[in-house]
Amino acid sequence: MSVEPTRRRHVLDLDDFTVEEFEEVFTQADAMAEVLSRPIKQVPTLRGVTVVNAFYESSTRTRISFEQAAKALSANVVNFAAATSSVVKGESLIDTVRTLEALGCDIVVMRHGMSGAPYLVARHFAGPVLNAGDGQHAHPTQGLLDIYTIRKHLGPIAGLKVVIVGDILHSRVARSNLWGLTKLGAQVVLCGPPTLIGPAGRWEELFPKVRVSYALDEALSGADVVMLLRLQKERQEGGLLPTLREYTRIFGMTMERLQRAAPHALVMHPGPMNEGVEIDPQVAICAQSVIEEQVANGVAIRMALLYMLAGQRGAA
Amino acid sequence: MEGPEKQLMSAEEMRRALVRIAHEVIERNAGVQGVALVGVRARGVPLAERLAQAIAETEGQPVPVGILDITLYRDDVGLRADLPIVRSTAIPFAVDGLTIVLVDDVLYTGRTVRAALDALMDLGRPRRIQLAVLVDRGHRELPIRADFVGKNVPTARDEEILVRLLETDGKDEVVIAKRREG
Repeated sequence: MSVEPTRRRHVLDLDDFTVEEFEEVFTQADAMAEVLSRPIKQVPTLRGVTVVNAFYESSTRTRISFEQAAKALSANVVNFAAATSSVVKGESLIDTVRTLEALGCDIVVMRHGMSGAPYLVARHFAGPVLNAGDGQHAHPTQGLLDIYTIRKHLGPIAGLKVVIVGDILHSRVARSNLWGLTKLGAQVVLCGPPTLIGPAGRWEELFPKVRVSYALDEALSGADVVMLLRLQKERQEGGLLPTLREYTRIFGMTMERLQRAAPHALVMHPGPMNEGVEIDPQVAICAQSVIEEQVANGVAIRMALLYMLAGQRGAA
Repeated sequence: MEGPEKQLMSAEEMRRALVRIAHEVIERNAGVQGVALVGVRARGVPLAERLAQAIAETEGQPVPVGILDITLYRDDVGLRADLPIVRSTAIPFAVDGLTIVLVDDVLYTGRTVRAALDALMDLGRPRRIQLAVLVDRGHRELPIRADFVGKNVPTARDEEILVRLLETDGKDEVVIAKRREG
């Protein structure tokens, strides 16, 4: 019955999570969701702990979600936006991190445009580091909240068919989901234009339970989960797409296409959505859509992670 | 792992103690109108359920039972590296205006009860809170006392009280043992 809590120091990606660790996060997220359902959505757990949100890349929902999570646990929150900091004067990432440490920050939540930046920070910061998205590499909290949302609706992940549609090649959301979903036993189908997926063999070699498909209708057949990714408009400027309209025609999710998936299939999107591009506005608000729930679950997941890492601060 | 154990309560003694506490709860509150039980995780939960059953058998009236997890209210979060896993609180009734009987297995330093009181207050404004424990082993560090006690046991700090319940441990008994050398 008694589970030994994990002594994880940082959360940088989901590639090193064990099955037990996923369960541990989800159990605690359930408890955090109960706190968030109360009239007074706050517990005193992390009083006196300072969490710094270091965002080197713009973000609304992830930053606010982390801020809500930290505040629900009564932590102090420092928001640090690179655009208004000494970063513009040329301060290096390592200097910034050492300064944050000297200022008494206990936990760093970092979003950075460069893949790997939170790993560098983790090496130079005494406390825990939480990756809130780094370049095209990883977005572990998004992966966890996606899997948590699926689990709430469909039960155990093992054996589910999850189709991820869109710009897989550049997506940190897709990568973190891949690690988590395959570890927990899901069958994942990656679907999109070849220019946005890259060589199929590379994915299938890295993840034995993953299959690549370039035809959406075929990929969707019998799917339990349809996860749509944001199509960045600059992909067209980079020459990877002829036109957005063509993308929408071939890969855009419509109510009609959704019929091919299982009747209970969930529609997910990490946001922000380009309605009318990768997702039809009707699909976004249909009964199968859990997009808003993903946002709400994100706060519970991030509370669970902050709590779990809080025990590790200063434990050098 | 621990040294030799000595039994303090058998299954039968435990049953009698719970029946007596059930009667005391009824007597103290002149019935169970407006009374609810809240078990503190982990072993307070099955104890609360058993008390509720004993009360229902005597009074012919069910009492609501809730589950409280106090992990998020601990006072040692910053002091220990291995934080316990948080589990859900599940109190399916509004606590406002009720007499809440908190149920736990062992009363020791009083810190768990302090945390439980804070946790309950965050959920609303109970009319009063009473405390029922199976074993009171002394060594309080806070000004807290129990209203209903199954058994008072004088202990040394290097001893450990282990409450075993059918639901969690496969059998009913209370034992005392020397604490394992750290």
